[in-house]
Amino acid sequence: MDGELIVIEPPRGWRGLGLRELAGARELLGFLMWREIRVRYAHTTLGVLWTVLQPLATMALFTVVFARLGGVASDGVPYPLFALVGLVTWTYVSSAISGAADSLIANPTLVTRVYFPRLVIPLAPVGAGLLDLAVAGVLLVFALAWYGIMPSLARVWLIIPATALLVVATAGLGILLSAINLRFRDARYTIPFALQLWFFASPIAWSTASLPDRWRSLFAINPLSGIIEAYRAALLPAAPLDPSHLAGAAVVSVLLLVGGVSYFRRAERSFADIA
Amino acid sequence: MSESNVAIRVEGLGKQYHVDSVREPYQTIRDAVARGVRDAARTFTRSSAKRGDDLFWALRDVSFEVERGTALGIVGRNGAGKSTLLRILSRITTPTTGRAVLSRSTSPLLSVGTGFHPELSGRDNVFLNGSVLGMSGRYIRSKFDEIVAFAEVERFIDTPIKHYSSGMQMRLGFAVAAFLEAEILLIDEVLAVGDAAFQKKCLAKIDDVAHHGRTVLFVSHYMAAVSQMCTKAIWLDRGELRLSGDTAHVIESYLADSAMGSGERTWGGADAAQPGNDRVRLRAVRIRNASGRASDTLDVAKPFTVEVEYEVRQLLPYAMIYFTLRTGDGVAVLTSVDAYDGLVGERGREPGIWVSRCTVMGNFLNEGAYYLDVTGAHPMVEYFFQEDAALSFTMEQTGSVIGVFPNEWPGVVCPALPWSIDRIGTTAQSQAS
Repeated sequence: MDGELIVIEPPRGWRGLGLRELAGARELLGFLMWREIRVRYAHTTLGVLWTVLQPLATMALFTVVFARLGGVASDGVPYPLFALVGLVTWTYVSSAISGAADSLIANPTLVTRVYFPRLVIPLAPVGAGLLDLAVAGVLLVFALAWYGIMPSLARVWLIIPATALLVVATAGLGILLSAINLRFRDARYTIPFALQLWFFASPIAWSTASLPDRWRSLFAINPLSGIIEAYRAALLPAAPLDPSHLAGAAVVSVLLLVGGVSYFRRAERSFADIA
Repeated sequence: MSESNVAIRVEGLGKQYHVDSVREPYQTIRDAVARGVRDAARTFTRSSAKRGDDLFWALRDVSFEVERGTALGIVGRNGAGKSTLLRILSRITTPTTGRAVLSRSTSPLLSVGTGFHPELSGRDNVFLNGSVLGMSGRYIRSKFDEIVAFAEVERFIDTPIKHYSSGMQMRLGFAVAAFLEAEILLIDEVLAVGDAAFQKKCLAKIDDVAHHGRTVLFVSHYMAAVSQMCTKAIWLDRGELRLSGDTAHVIESYLADSAMGSGERTWGGADAAQPGNDRVRLRAVRIRNASGRASDTLDVAKPFTVEVEYEVRQLLPYAMIYFTLRTGDGVAVLTSVDAYDGLVGERGREPGIWVSRCTVMGNFLNEGAYYLDVTGAHPMVEYFFQEDAALSFTMEQTGSVIGVFPNEWPGVVCPALPWSIDRIGTTAQSQAS
């Protein structure tokens, strides 16, 4: 025999994260992301408008409920802008995680009829969601202009690490949930509820600055705290920035990704038998 | 066989499944927690319940080699391990024991149109499906026109495929697959699609591939296709390799085995060995000759009875049992169903042991080898069991209409059709005599 060979053997122990194999499937990941995007925009007649309307409508609602009625503090920036930054971030997280969590169940033939690095399947919705995030980012730019707020050049670069961490944390959780969902079919019913809890536990409608000190470090375990704070600091000059929160978010995000991928790789062995 | 000529080497390959995991493949968190508690309790009370009883081998100690450029047919009944073997070789699932070595350039073709999305156009889907099968975007672009032409869907290529007929979708999916460049193709039964003409075109395309030095593993119940395409074959029986060799020899032995000379096949013992599910289990298939004895050699002139015996485990509001009668090379002669009058709803069955019988008239089948595929189903909902090549038998002549001809009587069937022979006029010659 010659050429490149594969040896098929019973799995033994740790097989690594399979990142090299994953890198070889970049093009496929691109095609699957493109499928997600095409299908999403083919399904909803409102298309792009929907990705803009959703955070806007929620922002309006929150402004009335939290700022006007509840008197929630917003780090000294206009509450609608304050909330919109959090909501745009959250819209990406919740739609990417829901998509990733359902990805294996929704595409059984990709698991049982063909072989490629299966991490690609939950990664596709995580990647495809970035387009919506970018569209929502444009919306944010308009909103800033509307309020006449100019991001400070010294901090605007924070968008880059914040987005990177956002993708890492989302991918980690999405990958983990996709494998759990395939194995335990009742898990999917708990996901919307868990997301809702996470939403309120994250500083989207409220600010971590309003928390007592001892609680604040506890909330920093939630990577979204550090990420949303970094986004706010990048875009709204008045918003405070605690670098330790961002560092915490980095640690937790990377742990989520490594943990999620490790679980996925272990569970992957039996995917074809249970999909 | 020289070392460099081997395309696939399989050594002692085995795959073990948990019986529960086949019947109830996925779990719920609730069950997992309950099981954890139970197992903990078991450890605590030192109960010696063994879990090994629930395991079975879908594939066991299978070894073979395939020479480069060979098309190898894989035959065997449902559940014999054919698909498991292909899935392991495709890396879709992992083996429990043994090892296999093959080229990295291996493509499984276990279904048509994997990754297709109904909302997307034919064009988008060609790229998706090709990419899922392992083609590069550049390769797909270079072959795109040929693929579309092969599928015969040029006019609709920018239409979402949800508007395609199922035949068109199949053709498109197959066309993409037909352009796979892999050194090794693993093909599972995908030819049972589309119209006959297209099937033939696909077979020719794959055949073409095989003759261009590529290696093909081909699983099919369609013996005609296996014998046409493959020069070598292996026969898997209950997970084990029963025979390997030239296709004709393997197919002949496989079909001959089904009968075991008795005209009867029974399943029993362990549940896993009995085809069926929680509702219905197949117990036996028999062929009885005109005098009521089970036999695998029948007289072409006399009627015979096909008998399917099964256990109903739950009340069945709807059920039908049917068989497809095939010639030795796989051509379907007929299918007959015990809900022959269409009143499936009035043929519900209570729990118990049941027999469905069908009498096939004499002077109907021609001489030769035949076999039966037997199926039990709730129409449109589920199959209880599907047992292909459940039983085979031979029709022989003992002095019927065929006896007139000394040689082979052409035709799949040879019914004794009524003729009339009449003199309908006279001529000058006839009057003269």
